[in-house]
Amino acid sequence: MIFILLPFVEMFYASLRPLDHLFRSPYQFYSDDLSFWAYREMWNTVPMLPRYIFNSFFLASVTSIITLLFVIPAAYSYARFKFPFKNSSLYILLAINMFSGAVLLIPLYKVLRAFGLLNTYQAMIVPGVAFLIPTAIWLLKSYFEKIPIDLEEAAFVDGASRVQILRHIIAPLSTPGLVVVGIYAFIGSYAQQFLFAITFNQKKEYMPIPSGLYEFIGYTTVKWNEMMAASLVGIAPVLIIFLFLQKYIVAGLTSGAVKN
Amino acid sequence: MNQKLKSYTAQTYVAYALIAPAALYIILIVAWPLLETIRLSFTNSSLAGEDYVGLENYQKMFSSKKFNGIVTRTFVWMFFSVSLKLIIGLIGAVLLNANLKGRSIFRVLVMPPWVVPIAIGMLGWLWLYNGYFGIIAGVGMRTGILDGPFGFLAYKQSAFISTIIADVWVGTPMVTVFFLAAMQGVPKDLYEAAYCDGASRWDRFFKITLPQITPVIITMSLLSAIWTFNSFEIIWILTEGGPRGATTTLIIDTYKQALGNYKFGRGAARAVVVMILLMLFAGFYLALLARINKKISHE
Repeated sequence: MIFILLPFVEMFYASLRPLDHLFRSPYQFYSDDLSFWAYREMWNTVPMLPRYIFNSFFLASVTSIITLLFVIPAAYSYARFKFPFKNSSLYILLAINMFSGAVLLIPLYKVLRAFGLLNTYQAMIVPGVAFLIPTAIWLLKSYFEKIPIDLEEAAFVDGASRVQILRHIIAPLSTPGLVVVGIYAFIGSYAQQFLFAITFNQKKEYMPIPSGLYEFIGYTTVKWNEMMAASLVGIAPVLIIFLFLQKYIVAGLTSGAVKN
Repeated sequence: MNQKLKSYTAQTYVAYALIAPAALYIILIVAWPLLETIRLSFTNSSLAGEDYVGLENYQKMFSSKKFNGIVTRTFVWMFFSVSLKLIIGLIGAVLLNANLKGRSIFRVLVMPPWVVPIAIGMLGWLWLYNGYFGIIAGVGMRTGILDGPFGFLAYKQSAFISTIIADVWVGTPMVTVFFLAAMQGVPKDLYEAAYCDGASRWDRFFKITLPQITPVIITMSLLSAIWTFNSFEIIWILTEGGPRGATTTLIIDTYKQALGNYKFGRGAARAVVVMILLMLFAGFYLALLARINKKISHE
């Protein structure tokens, strides 16, 4: 427990302390003038910080929306129909989860370069979606399976089309599931931004928080209190979302893996 | 009969049509690049262009001592990291499953390292490991374990250990949560029966809990091995594979060759090795999963 929380506590503590207290060796455990000064100052030290935060949110939102668009029909199909290669393709999806993006970077880099897409938002979104699709399909499929098929059949008998069924019956009933999967995708893409961002994008305007801050470390003597403050600001959104919804997310993720 | 058959094939078409967009996307962004990587590994591709060079990349790679060292290092790194994650995860899950006060709060509190973007968590660890001003060096100096500032990431051995610890920090929460979920799925009457028979706490753990969650332990060890093997950001941010290659794992080496030096061919050859190893892991995992599923459906 201490092992897990100490880094966060120390990050927060460091963010409150003045720089000259931090730069004392050996480490001082006590500071008498704690303040939120670093949280104000960091905007000056890292002038692009608001932009990084915006980028992170923008990338994560677009990535998760696109993921949902691809995943909803596919998950529905897996939940409702029987067809050849159904199980084998589901297992292939699981296997994709095990490939790190690092293996695919070379061809992706070449293609993005050929199309002039390096250093754009797209360069970070396109590969991001691909790595969220497999788990999202598995998750959403299990939600769709919980919707009673009788409801659909009744509507079908009444002459509703597949599309109408999807819109008027499935969609409203599966809203909680969609929200969970959407949040999974959001947190997932927020977390996976780093690799694609440092590889496919050199432009500061498009950097998400992790790579923006990472770049900062190399430059000057690091103002660690501001660095930690900015990191915590970067962490806060996902942490807050997660704390509110952790029950659903954990239940969804573990049910897929444990029961299977 | 005929009618049924017709509707069956029609259904199949609908099913495929719904899956098609996602499938195409994955083929384009995952499957094609995989094949392309294999092709590139037989060329000397770089930013300048490419020529077919046959097995040259592979010959060079396998005959280089450095590469063999990297492979060994990757597995040693993985072994320590995964074992620690499993041990700490198991202990953590047992504690969180026990009837203690405030356990629901603790259940939430174990999770942050898992949710937080790894890259940002590592910025925090960079500060903790700081040799002059970091808290770990500070505690070491004050208790006299260290006789002066010590850069944990600056020396070969300590950097190796430090990256493992950071990786364990990231990976343990997830293992814990899955173990906990599995423990909660163990039927309660088993414990009650054992309790009536006067089994001790220890017995109950080793004779009931452990055997019951063995499938999950095995799956988690494999999954965790795969993720650890793939771990990139942790090492990259803390050390970039240094000092002098001491923390360069296969993934880091692949990345450095391909996108640090833009030697796509050589990088691709390494990526192919990574792929083959991952496929072995994945095949093993899927076979296991299929067996467990069969067992469940038989019961």
